[in-house]
Amino acid sequence: MNCFKILMNGIVKENPTFVLLLGMCPTLATTTSAVNGMSMGLATMFVLICSNLAISLIKSLTPDMVRIPVFVVVIASFVTILQMCLEAYLPSINKSLGIYIPLIVVNCIILGRAEAFACKNGPVASLFDGIGIGLGFTLALTVLGMVRELLGAGSVFGVVLLPETYNVLLFVLPPGAFITLGFLIAIVNKFKKA
Amino acid sequence: MEYLLIFISAIFVNNIVLSQFLGICPFLGVSKKIDTALGMGAAVAFVLTLATIVTYLVQKWVLDPFGIQYLQTIAFILVIAALVQMVEIIMKKVSPALYQALGIFLPLITTNCAVLGVAILVIQKDYNLLQSVVYAFSTALGFGLALTVFAGMREQLALVNIPRGMRGMAIVLVTAGLLSLAFMGFSGVDGGLRVLFGID
Repeated sequence: MNCFKILMNGIVKENPTFVLLLGMCPTLATTTSAVNGMSMGLATMFVLICSNLAISLIKSLTPDMVRIPVFVVVIASFVTILQMCLEAYLPSINKSLGIYIPLIVVNCIILGRAEAFACKNGPVASLFDGIGIGLGFTLALTVLGMVRELLGAGSVFGVVLLPETYNVLLFVLPPGAFITLGFLIAIVNKFKKA
Repeated sequence: MEYLLIFISAIFVNNIVLSQFLGICPFLGVSKKIDTALGMGAAVAFVLTLATIVTYLVQKWVLDPFGIQYLQTIAFILVIAALVQMVEIIMKKVSPALYQALGIFLPLITTNCAVLGVAILVIQKDYNLLQSVVYAFSTALGFGLALTVFAGMREQLALVNIPRGMRGMAIVLVTAGLLSLAFMGFSGVDGGLRVLFGID
């Protein structure tokens, strides 16, 4: 029950994108289509789960003074593993996400959860927190990617929904990212108050 | 001429914040007032240029000769973190006035993805050292420009009445979208300059 609560906390109450507004760079940059958004979300989730688990296991061994550098090295190691796996098995995703894969290291969600949750809780709770926050992030990126793809190219996950002639490039280009996310946050705010 | 091209394209055409989405956190976080925006811009310009030089040398003198390019991410983030810490300590000792002005922004810069992003980008683009320095400095200028312009817009935004649902981050993001749209007017300028200067 407790684990379920931690899980839902990450997806709804502390959704990293819509509520906490963390990790904005990959959110805006990689959501040009639903597939790209989802793969970025899953990549971040992998690193988040692994680093949360590892940090909760080594937290008693690390002196308080050097904990931030230690966390950063742990996170960077998992990012490197992820980068090598993507290069080997999913080169197309690696190419479309490009520089944003190594930049997962500086994603504030991951260091934030390490500081706020994993270094205070046990491995099981940290694991579920990683899954919850990761799912919340993936969900938000997928929704944003779907909306941008639908408005910009008239398709969702590559499935064409609107006539071929429909094409509003603005939503796929950088300004569309800011504007779409702004309106999505406004919608979430509306529901939060209700 | 090639350096001028890198300069103009990094500031206007491929603006780091508005078209490459690096350094969004400080862009949204410290853009409430023009004064703090200028301070943050200056601090980023300093650290970004310095960090790019150091990481470039680490790449060419350590990672490449030993064939350990896969350690790039780990090495770069550690170098940047150590560098920021060192700059903070030296600045505190040598120039307390400068530290007073820029000091509070320094810890924030370690997690600014623009710094790590530019360090990786110059390696990917295969620039030489001078090109890297020009690219890093002009990118930082572009960051400062976007930040300052955006702070000016937000100062005006604080004075007007905004519909309830759009208050807070929502209107800020839509405003950033409009600014990004304005900067898209520069797209193609680099291609034109390339033709003008005869660089292929």
